[in-house]
Amino acid sequence: MTDFIESTPRLRRRHAAESRFRWAGRIAIFISLGFLAVMTVSIGWTAVGALTQTHIALDVDLGPQAVDPAKAESMRFGKIVKKALRDRFPDVKKRKDKRKLYGLLSPDAAFELKRQILANRELLGGTRKIWFTSSDTANIYAKGTLTTAAVKDTRQFGAEQAGWIDALEADGNVEQRFNTRFFTSGDSREPELAGILSALVGSMLSLAVCFALSFPIGIFAAIYLEEFAPKNRISELIEININNLAAVPSIVFGLLGLAIFLNVFGLPRSSPLVGGMVLSLMTLPTIIIASRACLRGVPPSIREAALAMGASPIQATFHHVAPLALPGMFTGAIVGMARALGDTAPLLMIGMVAFIVDIPKSLLEPATALPVQIFLWADSPERAFLEKTSAAIIVLLVFLVAMNLAAIILRKKFEIRF
Amino acid sequence: MPKMKTTLTALAVSAVAMAATSGAAVAREQIKIVGSSTVFPFATTVAERFGKNTSFKTPVVESTGSGGGLKLFCAGVGVEHPDITNASRRIKASEVAKCAKNGITDIVEVKIGYDGIVLANSRKSDPYKLTLQDVFLALAKDVPDGDGKTMANPYKTWRDVNAELPDVKIEVLGPPPTSGTRDAFVELAMEGGCKKFEWIKAMKKADKKAYKSLCHTIREDGAFIEAGENDNLIVKKLNANPGALGIFGFSFLDQNSDSVQGSTIDGEAPEFEKIADGSYPVSRSLFFYVKKAHIGTVPGIEDFLAEFANEDTWGEDGYLTDKGLIPMGDEERAEWEAKVKSLTNLSM
Repeated sequence: MTDFIESTPRLRRRHAAESRFRWAGRIAIFISLGFLAVMTVSIGWTAVGALTQTHIALDVDLGPQAVDPAKAESMRFGKIVKKALRDRFPDVKKRKDKRKLYGLLSPDAAFELKRQILANRELLGGTRKIWFTSSDTANIYAKGTLTTAAVKDTRQFGAEQAGWIDALEADGNVEQRFNTRFFTSGDSREPELAGILSALVGSMLSLAVCFALSFPIGIFAAIYLEEFAPKNRISELIEININNLAAVPSIVFGLLGLAIFLNVFGLPRSSPLVGGMVLSLMTLPTIIIASRACLRGVPPSIREAALAMGASPIQATFHHVAPLALPGMFTGAIVGMARALGDTAPLLMIGMVAFIVDIPKSLLEPATALPVQIFLWADSPERAFLEKTSAAIIVLLVFLVAMNLAAIILRKKFEIRF
Repeated sequence: MPKMKTTLTALAVSAVAMAATSGAAVAREQIKIVGSSTVFPFATTVAERFGKNTSFKTPVVESTGSGGGLKLFCAGVGVEHPDITNASRRIKASEVAKCAKNGITDIVEVKIGYDGIVLANSRKSDPYKLTLQDVFLALAKDVPDGDGKTMANPYKTWRDVNAELPDVKIEVLGPPPTSGTRDAFVELAMEGGCKKFEWIKAMKKADKKAYKSLCHTIREDGAFIEAGENDNLIVKKLNANPGALGIFGFSFLDQNSDSVQGSTIDGEAPEFEKIADGSYPVSRSLFFYVKKAHIGTVPGIEDFLAEFANEDTWGEDGYLTDKGLIPMGDEERAEWEAKVKSLTNLSM
């Protein structure tokens, strides 16, 4: 069969343009995926380090002379831990060197020993082998992040300490364990003790407030505007303003929160309640716009059929139109909340960018949030915070992906196509 | 679905109700600290230990910058205002006046130690040996032209500035003007080098404004690069660019001394001991300020002060030195400890 369309130069040009466009598109996708992959892999690579924590075992004298069993509750164990370190390395005599030796273990070591003893009284009465969390520098040295060549130059961590760790390792007294503390404790100045839980709880509390406020207000506003509001100048003005609000930089909502919620209402600074209220200001326009789009997607025939059967407008809306639009509204809300989860700027103004150790138990207690925690760790001088920062980013990404996935599943499962 | 809707509405209503009732300020259980990002690592370390060692809750520490902290601090008396503010410079007379206007007349000043500002480069190249004058000539917008006048900074390389320095393009990464580190750098290093010229020094008395604008203005032709408030970022950029110098606080040099090295200034290396004894020329004092009216209202402030003004904390072997704080000398420490104990009022 011969081509009945002649291959003219013009046609060839059109075909070439088409294939150029396709390739440009493919390359664009390839490049953006490439960036995403590089980012995720490099962060993930560093984050893996935060999953394990070096532990060091020492023989600790817990005999009756060292610890009086009756007074164990009120005792401070710092001296006992230090003595155990000196006993392990008896050659260390100078004061300065002793300080370096004590620097192998985390400042929390004394509390760790106390917790272990109070949990298991049988430890008392003799010399026991106890595992301690190592300090941050010892931790990155043992993992090989800090190279031996670099070691002699740092003030916190010298060749001596490297030698001690090597010696302990040779006896099998150094172990890498899963870092549960990262998931169960709050922030800390010591990288080896720092955890994500307080930030995670803070984020969840803020999001709960944000959802509780913005979802009902958002969908009712959308329903009214879409189904009941008269179409006139005022409603047009409102519509334009809502669209504008959705594009306002989030820091502006933070300033608004500072001026109104903190200064006028006198709500407590740094609390997840205020954080959630500010975030809900930010997500409201998104939810209203998404919900209105969903309501518009419900075919008029449904409304008309309900009205024809004698339903009042409110019955038609709430019994027929809104339920059909609800899955889409949920999706819009979740996407808006995911954006709120990742935002730091508005929280800066209301005091949630803070060092908070205690895990918040109520909406009024001071709290921080996941992205804020990432910001704070990235800003810390201690080297070991690098892997914590990456790990926190991964946790945040996991939550964002989970939320977006939930939105997609909801839509796929409940969406009704007309 | 309807059931869920009622739950949601109930939640929303309760949240709003809670917001309304909490309007009357709630008694606070923990100390609130705001202020300088330079003091932040030290204040948080003490706060954490304080929370662990005592029955009080761990204080909440916010990093707002020195100026921002003092603004919040001076806003008034009452639990909604912070109890303590950190500062990487001394409180100004105007701030004291603002505090007084809002009813805060009794402030306890606590000096906690020193911080050095370093000019560092990557270990991949040789360390620089600078003088304050070199720093000024390399970074000022206008420099002396040799006959008592000024000219726009013509220097492109360090050798242009000083024949003994290497033939490397001047490239310095530093903090933006909002940072306390920048203020201190300009005041100590730039002005320090600037007033080495006799005629400029004489100008200070005659025309203070012109003197300040000459000594304090950093060049804007690309030799000085504003690298943001994040000092870790500067350290990373130095590794990528071995020819460049970076300006940051001593604690970042201390924590990254395997990859970057400090330049000597006027022959003094930025070392712990040198900053402590005052021989390194670019160092500043760190402070915090306590609202006396809150002592007794907010639990634990006195105990927190005792934890801070303690040999184990701020002493020569105290745990803050591990975080890069440069302690005061023995006498000075004893003096400030006495002031803390007696809660002596700030005197300007």
